[in-house]
Amino acid sequence: MRAAVIVFPGSNCDRDLAVAFEQAGFQVDMVWHKDAALPDSVDIVGVPGGFSYGDYLRCGAIAAQSPICKAVVQHTERGGYAVGICNGFQILTETGILPGALLRNAGLKYICRTVGLRVETSDSVFTESYNAGDVIGIPIAHHDGNYFADDATLAALKDQDRIAFSYTENPNGSVGDIAGILSENRRVLGMMPHPERAADEGHGGTDGTALFRALSGVLAPA
Amino acid sequence: MKARVHVMLKNGVLDPQGEAVRHALGAMGFNQIEGVRQGKVIDLELAEGATEADVTEMCEKLLANTVIERYEIELV
Repeated sequence: MRAAVIVFPGSNCDRDLAVAFEQAGFQVDMVWHKDAALPDSVDIVGVPGGFSYGDYLRCGAIAAQSPICKAVVQHTERGGYAVGICNGFQILTETGILPGALLRNAGLKYICRTVGLRVETSDSVFTESYNAGDVIGIPIAHHDGNYFADDATLAALKDQDRIAFSYTENPNGSVGDIAGILSENRRVLGMMPHPERAADEGHGGTDGTALFRALSGVLAPA
Repeated sequence: MKARVHVMLKNGVLDPQGEAVRHALGAMGFNQIEGVRQGKVIDLELAEGATEADVTEMCEKLLANTVIERYEIELV
């Protein structure tokens, strides 16, 4: 099982994400933003949190135009798996892989604390180790995590059971309390909270471990 | 030729920064305001032969996120 973690100038959760993948049994390649191709036989791409390109213009906007992101788009168009966390979620929306956009937090403040997330669906490779309705504690750390999508997009997300996680107490103004969403083929997850920061006893919580464990369960060679 | 691109959040999209500015102005005693929207101005120095259509493409692909923002191009 191979995971590729993309590294942009300004990424700061890339190594945490790599550790979480490794602990779940993945071999991890760190891939630089200027590379034009992903390593061969990558099972899943991780787009990490941080402040890619200093958040210039809009969070994730410049990163979305980088050479490696074209390869990530192609990977997902071929049906490949990907997860974008925090800035990675912002990047995936900017590439158009996931719908909607992330706006400045409604309260304007950067928020860094553990929040309650409700698992909205267990029907994905990312969430199948949870039960729908489970409430888990996962840290958030963002200034622009206020999810926005137009009414038609929201209706589609709901009808197609593509809301992966919602906040039990909305910290940032996200429409519908949405914390994470799935692509139409359910193989791409974008979420603002950081499961890789709740994946080791030393983190003070391990509620994120099940996400990586579920992935390794599905992607392990038969 | 130069182009000036104005990027604003669409109507209906909450603009927390504009709201903060409105609150601050109100706290300063400026009560003549009913709303504030904050946006960006991007000045482009265009090479010879560039057209408005080129600038439109730049806006669509990078300068604005049309999910949440609208833009206006001013050629000067």
